[in-house]
Order: sequence, then structure tokens, then C-alpha cells
Amino acid sequence: MGKRNYIKLIWLSVIVLLAPLLIKGDYYLSVLVFMGINSLVVMGLSLLMGYAGQISLGHAAFYGIGAYATGILTTQYHFSIYSAFLIGIVLSVIVAVIIGIPALRLKGHYLAVATLGIGEIVFIIFNELMELTGGPSGLSNIPIFHIGAFQFNTSFRMYYLVWPVVILVLWFSLNIIHSRVGRALRAMHGSEVAANAMGVNLSSLKIHIFVLSAIYASIAGSLYAHFVSFIAPSNFGLMVSILFLMMGVIGGIQNIWGSIVGAVLLTALPECLRVFQKYDILVYGAILLAILLFMPEGILEGVPRLIKKATSRRKD
Amino acid sequence: MKSLIIQYLITGLTIGSIYAMVGLGFTIIYNSTGIINLAQGEFVMFGGLLMVFLTATLKIPVVYSFFITLVLVTAIGVIFERCFINPSRHSPLITLLIITVAVSIFFRGIAMFIWGKEPYSLPPFTSGKPVMIFGAAVLPQIFWVLGLSLLSVILMNLFFNHTITGKAMLACAANRLAASLVGIKVSRMILLSFALSAALGAIAGMTITPITLMEYDRGPLLALKGFCAAVLGGLGSGTGAVIAGFIIGIIESMSAGFISSGFKDAIALVILILVLFIKPSGIFGSEAVGKLKKV
Repeated sequence: MGKRNYIKLIWLSVIVLLAPLLIKGDYYLSVLVFMGINSLVVMGLSLLMGYAGQISLGHAAFYGIGAYATGILTTQYHFSIYSAFLIGIVLSVIVAVIIGIPALRLKGHYLAVATLGIGEIVFIIFNELMELTGGPSGLSNIPIFHIGAFQFNTSFRMYYLVWPVVILVLWFSLNIIHSRVGRALRAMHGSEVAANAMGVNLSSLKIHIFVLSAIYASIAGSLYAHFVSFIAPSNFGLMVSILFLMMGVIGGIQNIWGSIVGAVLLTALPECLRVFQKYDILVYGAILLAILLFMPEGILEGVPRLIKKATSRRKD
Repeated sequence: MKSLIIQYLITGLTIGSIYAMVGLGFTIIYNSTGIINLAQGEFVMFGGLLMVFLTATLKIPVVYSFFITLVLVTAIGVIFERCFINPSRHSPLITLLIITVAVSIFFRGIAMFIWGKEPYSLPPFTSGKPVMIFGAAVLPQIFWVLGLSLLSVILMNLFFNHTITGKAMLACAANRLAASLVGIKVSRMILLSFALSAALGAIAGMTITPITLMEYDRGPLLALKGFCAAVLGGLGSGTGAVIAGFIIGIIESMSAGFISSGFKDAIALVILILVLFIKPSGIFGSEAVGKLKKV
């Protein structure tokens, strides 16, 4: 996967390791944990959008399936956390395959429509199956993540669980991008016809990437459930799916590193906008629009471009 | 039983006509730009809330308010296109889609800034007692909803098939490059498509508010249903979107009445997904187009 990416991964690991030295307080650390959890989902979406050229408008469904699977199985059926995690992943894969296979055989926006539909259906199921999910008021008392007797019961501990997972998933994704599959993906992104002519099976490749992104989202959802120990359907609605998409696009989808930038920024932004109180949504929308208009390629590539432009103009 | 079915049918037609208008709005923009405009529901919201503001706060008569709102919301559509879509026309479609989402968040922010979070009601356009049709009670406002939406659909049809500008817009939908080669100003057609679909949204919002109330965050749900209608109708076919909108409305009110109100949206969506997988071109899309879409 190239020396440069290894160096970047090492830099990220160092930053992740040292960040809690600078950022103290349980609240700030919990925001960092959410950044990590969101990064996981957005990395999957970034692979799907940037490399397979498909949009998912319902990734909160897989995030929710992961969260509710572990939540329900550990609280009501006394499963161990690990087996609940696995069952969540399996369920997400099944749902992804069921909608992915028919949708990805077709050209165009079909995956977007199908995921939009499945996202709403899953959201409605979370709301309506009261006995299992607790309905709109949610599911509480989900056990905190633990390994043996070691409880990840503070944000500080959870931080050192989530971010290593993020780095691991990032490393795994970078390997995919720089493997035979990744080259096939880039060929497909360049020209579907040409890739097909070279023997790339387009729909199977797209389905694989879609399923992979569903697995990432499911892992993130399970981690979320065992971190906050309370989940409600509103955490997994259409707006959440769109927020994940937005994180990907704001960070930049041509590059998987962009998904981490986007997830970190958009998780922090609402916290920073608290000062605007009830006008936060107005300011939030305006900031998003400004970024999209001036840096349509995303922050990761847009900021260096704007800086270069500004400095070259000064020289003239 | 029979009167119950008719009651549900009328409810379905009423709500369906709103989905039809939003769906038609989606189709018009999709045809001219390829963009799925997720801020479509915000036009409906602005239509309803501006109408409330003009009639209740400024005490302007309903007829004048109707046309002022229509003009204002159309202007919002025009500003939207000129400020946000036109400058980023060279961006990839995914970015444009996200821009429409950001605009919808921004619009909701503006609406909350002006009107706050509470829902607003509006008196019906004409007062009068509910009319009994086959034992089902029909509010007079429902005639306004159905009548005005039918009128706007007919006008749209006439516009697209019998005027030079309308035909130019259809040409843009078929092939933008070819259209510009024969001298059609594509950017002006795109602007017009945003204006038209904002106007449709405004009419939907103004007519439905007396029945369902209106608040600042109603948009996304309406956009979702309208989008379903547009897709079910075969993305690109205006007539298809309108009929599909009515079908979704009727399915929804029937399943709410006979099965479960909690699952009504889920039932409509399952049908949508099934139809897509069985007949990808939508109910009214052509068979040949469907075949072209297979990888």
C-alpha cells in the first residue's frame, strides 16, 4: 500500500495516542470517541462513493442494525458481547446482500433509492417492534463494552478501544485500495465499459464493496450501543444517513483519508455551534454550504488548493 | 365498510396529490440537470408558512396571498439555483446532491429563525360544511387540494408539450449538449426548472396546510415521499410521477386504515422496492429503457 500511506498511518497513530494528553475532561473525550465511531461508517461510505461510484442514502440502517442487534441480544437474551457483535454483522450483511444484489445489477441511482427505502423501513421497525426494541423511547441498560473483567466504562478507556479499531479498519481499507480489487475499482471508476472489457465483474465488485461498507457501519453501531448504553430510533433515521454522506463529501471522497477528516470536523461542528443556541441549524447549514461551494472536492484536497492559489497570487 | 373504503380513498387521494406535486417537481429538476433535489420538501414548507404569515399576520385576502406566496417561493427557487447550483455546475453529481441537502438544512434554519418550532394552522380557503359522498365526509378544502393540483398538472403538461420553451426544456432533458447546439440556453432552462418546481411545491404547501398544519421541519418527509413517487413513476416521466404519487397516497391511507398506522410508510416503501427490482424502469417507464439499465 505504499510507503507514504504507512508513514501517514504512523503519524495518525501517534496523534491518536497523544491526543488525550492535550484534550482532557470526560465530555471532550466522549466527542473524540464519537468522531472515531463516525469515521468507521464514513470510511465504508467513502469506499462505496469514491471507488464504486454509488450513493447509499440509508447507511444509518446498518449502523442501527449493529446497535440494536447487540443491544437486544445482550440485554434480553444474555448473549456475550462478541457473539452479539458477530450476529449484528451477519444481519447487516444479509440485508446488504438482499438489497445490493438487485439494485447494483442496474445502472444509475437504484442503490440510492433502495437504501433510502430500507433505511426508512428499518427505522420504522425500530419504532414499532415495541417488545424487542422499546419503541420510540428506546432501549436502555445496554452493558458497557468489556474484555474479561476490564470494563471500558470511561470515555478515556473507550477512546483507546475505538481509535485503534479505526486505525485497523483504515489500514485494512488502504490495503484493499492498493490490491487487485482496488485497481479494479479504480478502473471501474475511470470507465465502467473499459473495466468490463478487461474482465472486471462490475456488479459483483460493487456488491462486495457495498457489503463491506455495511460491515463497517454495523461494527460502528455496536460500538456506539456499548458506549452510550442507550439507543433510540432517532439515532438511526434518514438525517443520520445523510449526515454520514455529508461527512464523506465534506472530507473528500476521492481519498479514504478524507472520510476521517470529514467525520472529525462534522462531529465537532455541532458542539462548537452550541453558542448559537436555537440558531445553530442556520449557522450549520451556512457553513456546510460554504465548504461545498468553495471546496467541492472536499476539505482534504480543497484546503491545500486554496492555500496554493492564495500564495501564488501574492507572488504575482 | 363501503363508506370506510371511500373515506380512506379520499384521504389517500388528498395526501397523494401532494406527493404527486412534489414528485413532479423532482422530475422536472431531474430531467433538466440529473440532480435529485433533496430540498424539494422545503418549497412545500415555505409555501405553507408564507401563506400563514400573509393571511394570518398581515391579514391579506386569501386570493392575493396565494399569488404573492407563489411568486415568493418561485423567487426562492430561482435564488437557490443561481446561488448554489449554478456556481457548482461542474462538480460531480454526488456533491450537487449533498449541496441540495445542505440547502435544505439552511432553509429549515431560516424557517425556524422566522417561525420557531411550533406548527401553524390556516383556515380553509372556503368555509362550508363537509360534503357527503357515498357516506364519506369530504372537507371542502379537499376539493381545493385536488382541483389545484390537477390544474397545475394539466398546465405543466400543456406547457411541456405545446410551448416552445417547454419543448426546449424537454430537449434539454433528452440531451443537454444537443440542445445547446440547436441554440437552446441550457442554463436558463435549468433556472426555469427550479422556478417551476418551486412553484409546484408552493401550491402543494398552500393547499395542504389547512388540512395537515405546517411546521419548519416538514420538508424531509415530503421530499422522501415525493422522491418515491418520482422513482416509482420511472424517474423522468412527469405523468408517471403524478400517478405514482396518487398510488402511494392511497396505499398509505389504506394500510393505515386496515393494517397498522405505524407501518403505513413501511408498506409503501416495500412496494416501492419490490416494483423497482421487478420492473426497474418504474411502473410507467418504457420496457426498452428498463433493458438499457441492466449492467
